[in-house]
Amino acid sequence: MDDIAKPDQLLEILADDLKKLLTERSIDNPLMVGIHTGGAWIAEILHRKLGLEQPLATLDISFYRDDFSRIGMNPKVKPSRLPPQVEDKHIILVDDVLQTGRTIRAAMNEIFDYGRPASITLVCLVDRSGRELPIQADVIGQHLNLEPGQHIKLSGPDPLEFVIT
Amino acid sequence: MVNKPARPTDSLIGNDSWNIQLDTKGRLKHFLTIEGLGSEILTNILDTAESFANVNEQSVKKVPILRGKTIVNLFFEASTRTRTTFELAAKRLSADILNINISTSATSKGETLLDTLQNLQAMLCDMFIVRHSDSGAAHFIASHVAPHISVINAGDGRHAHPTQAMLDMFTIRRNKGDFGQLRVAIVGDLLHSRVARSQIHALNTLNTGDVRVIAPKTLIPTGIEDMGVSVFNDLEAGIRDADVIIMLRLQKERMLGALLPSEAEYYSQYGLTEERLRAAKDDAIVMHPGPINRGVEIESRVADGVRSVILDQVTYGIAVRMAVMSMVLGREPEQPGGDVT
Repeated sequence: MDDIAKPDQLLEILADDLKKLLTERSIDNPLMVGIHTGGAWIAEILHRKLGLEQPLATLDISFYRDDFSRIGMNPKVKPSRLPPQVEDKHIILVDDVLQTGRTIRAAMNEIFDYGRPASITLVCLVDRSGRELPIQADVIGQHLNLEPGQHIKLSGPDPLEFVIT
Repeated sequence: MVNKPARPTDSLIGNDSWNIQLDTKGRLKHFLTIEGLGSEILTNILDTAESFANVNEQSVKKVPILRGKTIVNLFFEASTRTRTTFELAAKRLSADILNINISTSATSKGETLLDTLQNLQAMLCDMFIVRHSDSGAAHFIASHVAPHISVINAGDGRHAHPTQAMLDMFTIRRNKGDFGQLRVAIVGDLLHSRVARSQIHALNTLNTGDVRVIAPKTLIPTGIEDMGVSVFNDLEAGIRDADVIIMLRLQKERMLGALLPSEAEYYSQYGLTEERLRAAKDDAIVMHPGPINRGVEIESRVADGVRSVILDQVTYGIAVRMAVMSMVLGREPEQPGGDVT
């Protein structure tokens, strides 16, 4: 297994790379959306680092999971806080770990229930092996090769730390 | 099909009523009665409903989790609020819902009922929501449907109305928090009230500090003390220092014989007026399952006043029904399935 950097270091990389990418794509005033729970922690820090004007939005994708009929109801779903209008907005979607791609699929479905965004840019702290859908991140803190049975999880919010089991 | 009980306090549907509600892993498969369910399941329903209450406050009030499921509202007895909130709940979960209204007399319709069921089953439905004037009807249906079908009781005779009780618990918890410290008074036609029975079971299971029932002697079922409530015949004594007052509708359509001298007489003794409400705590909330009879059990000024949470109950009813439906249909198959990633 590769060594993994500290979340704080990766956040520096993310902020720098995201700034460059936004300039490159001529996106100003984007809407940042963090996915509960880890993604929302990361998004809060990035939102501050980039000094974004639009308030931070959050998503809980529990109601959009594709394995609902297998794992059942999560009793404590946090509210999704998206502005009523996402139409024509440039969205920066933030998650902690990208693995199968199913969370991102669910998050995009939820966003599209609110409207048709102009674009979605995906930012992930860690991009690990194990993709099951054709989804990739635009900005990544670190790539990580893990065995299929290994799990990585972000604990936090203070301090942010990776737990690998 | 179901024998009419000699008295409402008789055991209505046998001891296994709670048993068929749970699957082999102890999860809710049908929701027929509060009786026999532990505080863990009730609390889980309330927590899940809290998540759905958030969905209902969003600009897009819809989530896809029950997409492709077919739910049948099977109403053998009139209902507006309950039927429409079940319908809205199903739609907000992205399920398809059919409304079937079958008005029947109180006489037993066992054969017809089974035929109806078999036809609906042949249409490959996933859930029946049943209201019937006979106690035990939902239980009867649950014990005759195909194994993959879930049944939710939307009110059966005098027996139970569990989703109403849970939306009432949700309303109480949102307004008052911990049940342990509360004095809850249930006022009115307890004799005919399936709502009150379910409420009492739920309040007891959630360890409510003090549960009281208040009504004229003729409207109190014998043996109700055995359910762990104290009985009052005087309204003001009963609601003294109460945190929550639940008014029940005077069920004129179920009144057999002369249980009451007149509505006016009832109102003069048991109608909740602003003046009488002063006996309760200053921050007491007033609830009513609806439909309300203004000037019969409750004064308009109270029903429309600041203490009233009657319309909140209706709003919360949608979230609570979404919670129950998604819990019942969201169980993993009991046979081993694929890996979950």
